[in-house]
Amino acid sequence: MDSLSRRRFLRISAATIAATSATAGVARLAGRAAGEGGPARGLHTVPTFCDICFWKCGAMAYVEDGKLWKIEGNPADPLSEGRLCPRGTGGVGAHFDNDRLKAPLIRRKRRGDDEWVQVTWDEALGHVAEKMQAIKATYGPEAVALFSHGLGGTFFKHTIRAYGSPNIAAPSFAQCRGPRDVGFHLTFGEEVGSPERTDIRNARCLVLIGSHLGENMHNTQVQEFAAAMDAGASLIVVDPRFSIAAGKAKHYLPIRPGTDLALVLAWMHVLVTEGLYDREYVAQHGFGFEAFAAELAPYTPEWAYPETGIEPAVIRETAREMARFRPATLVHPGRHATWYGDDAQRSRAVALLNALLGSWGRKGGFYAPTSMDVPGYPYPDYPAAPLGKVDNPGGRYPFALETLTTGIREATLTGQPYPIKGWFTYATNLVTALPNEAETIRAIQNLDLLVVVDVIPGEMAGWADVVLPEATYLERYDDLNVELFREPFVALRQPVVPPPHDQQPNWWIARELAKKLGLESYYPWKTIEEYLEFRLTKAGLSFAELKQKGILRGRPQPIYYEDGLTPEFPTASGKIDFYSTALRDKGFDPVPKYTKPADPPSGMFRLLFGRAPVHSFGRTQSNPILHEMMEENELWLNADVAARMGLADGRYVRLRNEDGVVSNRVKLKATQRIRPDCVYMVHGFGQRAVRLRRSLGRGASDAQLTTRYKTDPLMGGTGMNVNFVAVEAEA
Amino acid sequence: MARYGMAVDTRLCVGCMDCVVACKTENRVPEGFDRDWIAYETAGTFPALRQEIRSERCNHCDNPPCVTCCPTGASHVDGFGQLVLVTHNACIGCKACLASCPYDARFVHPQGYADKCTFCVHRVKEGLDPACVSVCPTHCFTFGDLDDPNSAISRKLASRRSHPLLPAAGTRPRIFFLD
Repeated sequence: MDSLSRRRFLRISAATIAATSATAGVARLAGRAAGEGGPARGLHTVPTFCDICFWKCGAMAYVEDGKLWKIEGNPADPLSEGRLCPRGTGGVGAHFDNDRLKAPLIRRKRRGDDEWVQVTWDEALGHVAEKMQAIKATYGPEAVALFSHGLGGTFFKHTIRAYGSPNIAAPSFAQCRGPRDVGFHLTFGEEVGSPERTDIRNARCLVLIGSHLGENMHNTQVQEFAAAMDAGASLIVVDPRFSIAAGKAKHYLPIRPGTDLALVLAWMHVLVTEGLYDREYVAQHGFGFEAFAAELAPYTPEWAYPETGIEPAVIRETAREMARFRPATLVHPGRHATWYGDDAQRSRAVALLNALLGSWGRKGGFYAPTSMDVPGYPYPDYPAAPLGKVDNPGGRYPFALETLTTGIREATLTGQPYPIKGWFTYATNLVTALPNEAETIRAIQNLDLLVVVDVIPGEMAGWADVVLPEATYLERYDDLNVELFREPFVALRQPVVPPPHDQQPNWWIARELAKKLGLESYYPWKTIEEYLEFRLTKAGLSFAELKQKGILRGRPQPIYYEDGLTPEFPTASGKIDFYSTALRDKGFDPVPKYTKPADPPSGMFRLLFGRAPVHSFGRTQSNPILHEMMEENELWLNADVAARMGLADGRYVRLRNEDGVVSNRVKLKATQRIRPDCVYMVHGFGQRAVRLRRSLGRGASDAQLTTRYKTDPLMGGTGMNVNFVAVEAEA
Repeated sequence: MARYGMAVDTRLCVGCMDCVVACKTENRVPEGFDRDWIAYETAGTFPALRQEIRSERCNHCDNPPCVTCCPTGASHVDGFGQLVLVTHNACIGCKACLASCPYDARFVHPQGYADKCTFCVHRVKEGLDPACVSVCPTHCFTFGDLDDPNSAISRKLASRRSHPLLPAAGTRPRIFFLD
């Protein structure tokens, strides 16, 4: 038995001296006026929506005597149903984090030297505008790229487009969900989207392939996962690690890392050869089924056994289990899908498996999301960008649906197809989000300007020329959230309390920069309230009502074929592409084929990484409340292997990768809950940003060890689970 | 008079610690302390493993040793819901209750008194669930009156197998973990 003792849990952080508890933070802010018209005394609530991850759950913030107290889910919100996840519940800590950015900064010395001068907003934005105009004069406006994550980037995208650059990217495509969305797009003509259109709550059989719901805390999905478990759904979990979800599974398949596609092909082989698939659905909606079925012939469970380590009888039994409950069998598409470089084809195989089960468009499978019709603001047209986008020259990755961050990085390094001289980042830490940080830092050193907008001074801010401190989500308006979901709704983020220092909201920063760039005409509105009210009025909605309720729900629409929704498949064939002519025409496999992954070199382990429920990426480790919930990550190593290596549970180790990169020290979790050929850690730790005193040097960074990556030839995603590490005892 | 208790469905709990965070903010629990916590138990050899995850806290025992050992009467069984509570200004911080609790549910608050879960008595009095119960994304908690046969918790306990923690301690705990 390994159990987490109460004492261990209560251990007070060594960083306590530097840290501020939430309560101490409240005391320090005493006397400051309440945000938006709340009373100075007594309790009031402000509806808003969360920004601790990208899920955007509706929330009610509680303010007592003018001070932020706590935040709960907004019961009117269909995403959260009134219950935030632990990160959202602890979101108030972001406001109190005494290490957050407080004022605009300009770099004083060499890039990366971390020496700064505090300046006014006018000076900071004037400096940025001057540099941007110089880049435009020499290289054209296309030479400035924006990297942005989340809804808060809306106005920066607007300013950068108005300036004349089309180079706007987010790591959420090429470093995360991109391959999945491409795989589904090539099959059904539509993407899975975010929030995912997975009808988990109605699934009678749920299949998770490497997806660790419960540790991965996307609120709606976890709530629906629990509801499905409570209703007795059959759960099949495929993971090299005995995840939290695995502990609830009827079937746990401890797969050899990198062989998921072999398992999915074998499952499809069983469904087709045993005639268990949805014949009617496939006949009605499918294209190229015969050619597809012929391609599956070699992929027997016996063939898959030595690849995956999963016994043929188990492969057959689980395939039959899926068939038993179809179409209410959901093979979850996952989210972070950039694993091995063949990820779009693996995701396409998952899409095809769902197609065989008839789950796309069906209750308990994938619903068709709906949204409200809220028109955008009528801005002037953006200037033409004659150089085109820089990230994917010649359509090298023909199925890239979005701009490639790593393509922009490459152009910044090579100057081809044209030079990139300015980077603007919003709420994304490219040093850890992109694989091979050395490449990222070399690219940064090629720049004339690096501007970082963020709430916290992460690694990226350390490399910046100009750092612009943003107000947290609890202190600002944002654009409306017009969500694509089970039912249409629109949500408002509004200030709960004022920013404690000289921070500003993103819309203000983007607009003031635009003014300095002579782009006033792109910001015809005077206040953000005016902008929001304009959009809502056009949609026939009341801004006053939305401010009061936080959420306005629209009329539910049919979301399943069985409710009268007309099936539409905007693919090459207009049907579900079991055989993809689009792929064939570009020289790719029209039906996914399996390629064997490399074995770990002797004495090394495949490095796997994932999520913890109390942290979002590397963005929350400095939040005093969430920090306390998990101060550092652990290295999961199979207990028998650890015993053979003489490494005791709880001691510190370091990891060395094939390129000689050595990690920060990390505590060993010697556990039965993982295969012997891989190690696992939670992403986002081992931070090196010196101004984040709580998170500095706590745990190890998988990103630092991800020096190698394998690019997906279909869409340019970067497979990152291709690094091997040795585990070395810490002296 | 009601006798409040809690059922925790271990099949649903994912150990996300939302209950811990919600308690922390609701009750302004100081840094370094928590009134509730997660216990993980894993048994077996990979890949044949079993896991139980439990959200734990003060059990508000029917036979509470923390109350019988308290020299000042600060720890008491309250008239409201038979909750085990601590009167802060009557507590001398002697820690007898910390030693007596087999669940290690108590700590000394920096202000000097013994502190622990109150089942969010201030919320329950207003007709709300405790913060941990109302925040849980998995709906793994059922809170209510154990003496009312028609309460949700009584019906849940009648329909499912469950176990309390350390029954041999004789404390008669009022939190039940559904198998």
